[in-house]
Amino acid sequence: MTDPDHSKEARFYLAGFGLALTLTLVPFALVHWALMEGRALAITIAVLAVAQIVVHLRFFLHIDLSRQKREDLQLILFTVLLLAIMAIGTLWIMGNLATRM
Amino acid sequence: MSTSNLHPGLNLGDHHGEAHEGAETIVFGFWIFLMSDLVIFGLVFASYLTVANPMGMAGGPGPEDAFDLASIFAQTMILLTSSLTFGFATLAMRHERGRAAIARWLGVSLLLGLVFLSLELRDFAHMIEAGAVPQHSGYWSAFWGLVPLHGLHVAVGCLWLMVMLAQMATLGLIPVVKTRLLRLGLFWHFLDLIWVAIFSIVYLGGLMP
Amino acid sequence: MTDALFGRLDLSSLSIWHALQDPTPSELVAAGAAMAVILGGLGVLVLLTWFRLWGPLWRDWLTSVDHKRIGIMYCALALIMLARGVIEGVLMRTQQAFGLDGGFLTPDHFSQLFSTHGTIMIFFVAMPFIAGVINYVMPLQIGARDMAFPVMNQISLGLTATGAALVMISLVLGKFSTGGWANYPPYTGADFQPGPGPDYWIWAITLAGIGTTLSGINFAVTIYKERAPGMHFLRMPIFCWTVICTSIIMIFALPPLTVAALMLAADRYLEFHFFTNDLGGNMMNYVNLFWLFGHPEVYLLVIPCYGMFSEVITTYSGKRIYGYMSMVYATMSIAVLSFCVWLHHFFTMGQSANVNAAFGIASMAIAVPTGVKIYNWIATLFRGRVRMTVPMIYAVGFFYLFTIGGLTGVMLANPVISYQVHNTLFLVAHFHNVIIPGVLFGLLAGYHYWFPKAFGFRLHEGWGRAAAVLWIVGFSFTFLPLYWLGLHGMPRRSPTFAEPSFQPMMWLALFGAALILSALTCLAIQLWISIRRRDQLAVPLGDPWDGRALEWSIPSPPPPYNFAVVPHVTARDDFAEAKAAGRAYAEPEAYEDIEMPNNTAIGLIVCVCSTLMGVALVFWIWWLAVLSLAVMLLALVGRTFHTRNHHVIPAARVAAEHRAWLAKVQAATAVDRLQETHTRNMGRAMPERPNRTEAAE
Repeated sequence: MTDPDHSKEARFYLAGFGLALTLTLVPFALVHWALMEGRALAITIAVLAVAQIVVHLRFFLHIDLSRQKREDLQLILFTVLLLAIMAIGTLWIMGNLATRM
Repeated sequence: MSTSNLHPGLNLGDHHGEAHEGAETIVFGFWIFLMSDLVIFGLVFASYLTVANPMGMAGGPGPEDAFDLASIFAQTMILLTSSLTFGFATLAMRHERGRAAIARWLGVSLLLGLVFLSLELRDFAHMIEAGAVPQHSGYWSAFWGLVPLHGLHVAVGCLWLMVMLAQMATLGLIPVVKTRLLRLGLFWHFLDLIWVAIFSIVYLGGLMP
Repeated sequence: MTDALFGRLDLSSLSIWHALQDPTPSELVAAGAAMAVILGGLGVLVLLTWFRLWGPLWRDWLTSVDHKRIGIMYCALALIMLARGVIEGVLMRTQQAFGLDGGFLTPDHFSQLFSTHGTIMIFFVAMPFIAGVINYVMPLQIGARDMAFPVMNQISLGLTATGAALVMISLVLGKFSTGGWANYPPYTGADFQPGPGPDYWIWAITLAGIGTTLSGINFAVTIYKERAPGMHFLRMPIFCWTVICTSIIMIFALPPLTVAALMLAADRYLEFHFFTNDLGGNMMNYVNLFWLFGHPEVYLLVIPCYGMFSEVITTYSGKRIYGYMSMVYATMSIAVLSFCVWLHHFFTMGQSANVNAAFGIASMAIAVPTGVKIYNWIATLFRGRVRMTVPMIYAVGFFYLFTIGGLTGVMLANPVISYQVHNTLFLVAHFHNVIIPGVLFGLLAGYHYWFPKAFGFRLHEGWGRAAAVLWIVGFSFTFLPLYWLGLHGMPRRSPTFAEPSFQPMMWLALFGAALILSALTCLAIQLWISIRRRDQLAVPLGDPWDGRALEWSIPSPPPPYNFAVVPHVTARDDFAEAKAAGRAYAEPEAYEDIEMPNNTAIGLIVCVCSTLMGVALVFWIWWLAVLSLAVMLLALVGRTFHTRNHHVIPAARVAAEHRAWLAKVQAATAVDRLQETHTRNMGRAMPERPNRTEAAE
């Protein structure tokens, strides 16, 4: 249990856990006690969710910007690009159709 | 962290020899699979958002009639903790802490996964009582298409975990078992990531004041 | 209504039973097709038993994980399904030729015909054919011993075969969907088609689609991780680049189809309301999801065929590809753009002009990289010493016809024009005009080009030429009149028409269909004759066409391990460079033991179980569905407990085989390009380099 690498890496996981915990508690609190509402709340929840996803990618899935992992970062970014085209396109088209019905 | 990373996610490290090198191809392939799965989830989310409105609810019950924020919060905490415990299992494997240490952390993760599933099933039972069933409206169809899809993934993850515990016992920590545990770890963390989107969009979005 | 043991399957599900009850021409045609499936199946079983082929079939094919054998099985599946698809097409043209106020088929039967024709041609001809060629050729071109995941490759094949089997079974049991290949709800929902038809479609497509996604992962990882040393991305043959793009589409564009099909299944089986008319369902989202898949899908089909044409054109021009980098950029941009244009399939659904305009512009933009490719191919031909072999005849047909099809595509990308010709035969003419010259001609060119590599003998040249010319002429007669008919208002998917002036063009199209049928017959005869004369057509030394990429540097057919020693690549078109420099056919310094994966039956188990599961789900035989799924999962999990999955081929055996082949190559006289279709061509090519001649001038 004295392996320095091991405790360093364990602390890394714990740091990620702490960040994710905070990013979870805040939106739940906002909704539970109705501290914000409407558009502002929706945007806050979305930003916190994206932040938490980045935290998970960084601390649990170990994706970073180092050269060795570039190939895989590219894979994820490319997926996000295609998914954004498909999902945002879907919302745009279906939303547009809904307003015209 | 490690000097030579061959694939995304936590690497076993050079001292694992064959398992480390063999992981390069196999873990990369698994990442591509996860990305394909991500597209499935993304489109189900998009479909959910297109019916999350009064027209999609067709006069039936809405989210506020069926969701229980406290239970969702508990599920979120459990899933997040299980990600941490799985991370410790991966670390124990990476630093060769022995089968027992790995199995202990894996066991904790499995237990948390099963508790999550039972809480989720209890929620679903409440929803059915409240009339929030997929046969009722397009909105509830989309909900039942999305959240149980994640639940199904968690159930598959739990089964996979049991298989891995069995393989650790019968085959030992041979290279192929190690790379399978690496992939299961990615799968487990990936599901947590999907859950972040679910509680933000479906539950918090649905219960927003 | 439903039985615990047989679900909703009963005597009236048999199409032959219907024909006995009510022998109209339409029912007799259906029963004839069912008899053909049954007798064909029985015939195969009898022949296999008669010639005692069960053992070799099991050992060498069904349980093989060799990418080459899996590739050949994909192609065989595609050719069988092609025969059915073409016959259905001819039947539809015959119906319409006699369709002035009538015809001989019922509207319902006609609807089944165009639904199965579309489904089969896209999912069970074009896709398996492409997967087959990629499987065979790509690992050879990058210098790999096999795919990255050989067992998963076998499972992909099994799932594709399942889909094809379900469509074939629908001829005998029940009937297929009448909702077209896109199977739009609410027409395919439980309210309007309660029968098994749309369920056949759903499970055939979903299971085959999962197989395709797995194939895509396999192809991508193979190219990323299994390239031979020195084979940088920018040294790969263009075909491998097109495979990357196709696998991107397989990985990311199949999920929308899976989502749409499973949501439709939830509507049909569990009374969900994703796409229903009532209670907040939204069938327009199905259209959206389907084409999110559907448009990238057509590029999934055509991009690898661009790659095949690139290989064919460079080889038969004796030149390297013109504008390699621009080809790579064009291919990649088509792959990404293909995800940005799906709405042009439903301009008329009712969204605002702004949305239509955005997607119209994006659709027109695809013409730019496609144009770049066409010009590059023409520039490759320029000052090359072009040999008009069979693949080149297809390539020429492709140039002319595909350009016409592409231009009508640019017309259709304009929403204003699309509103006018939507749902007419103009559209049918357009997509056949891109898919037949683009995809099918590409595949047939590739088939002639790589056949000698796979089997060690060439295909008969004369019958091949006849088939190629008949395809080109037959296509033109069949589909160009449909543009005229569509512009004059003939709707698609209609068994009859009331306008007498359509009659001559319908007859012309039927004449074209007859030519296409004879083209298919020529291909069958060619295969038969080539097998009979395989000794005269043999090219065991491996390089009959003076090829440029690595697949030609090994014997035909290649040994299971492909390369005796993994090649070290030093240039683009490495084998052509090696031949020119006199480096080719050198004996390596040392041989090593080769580790290869063992045979396994898991793919076959998955195939049988998933076919049973599909039939069970279609006919609501719940116990069988659960049982077959459980067996499949147990087999898959059970296999992971088995760890000794490799065998070793000793270096001595590899060395002996390789040295024997090298000795034959050295003893053979190299054959000039003028004699490449002659019996003297044993597969040792006399290299020619017009680039050098030019320099000398």
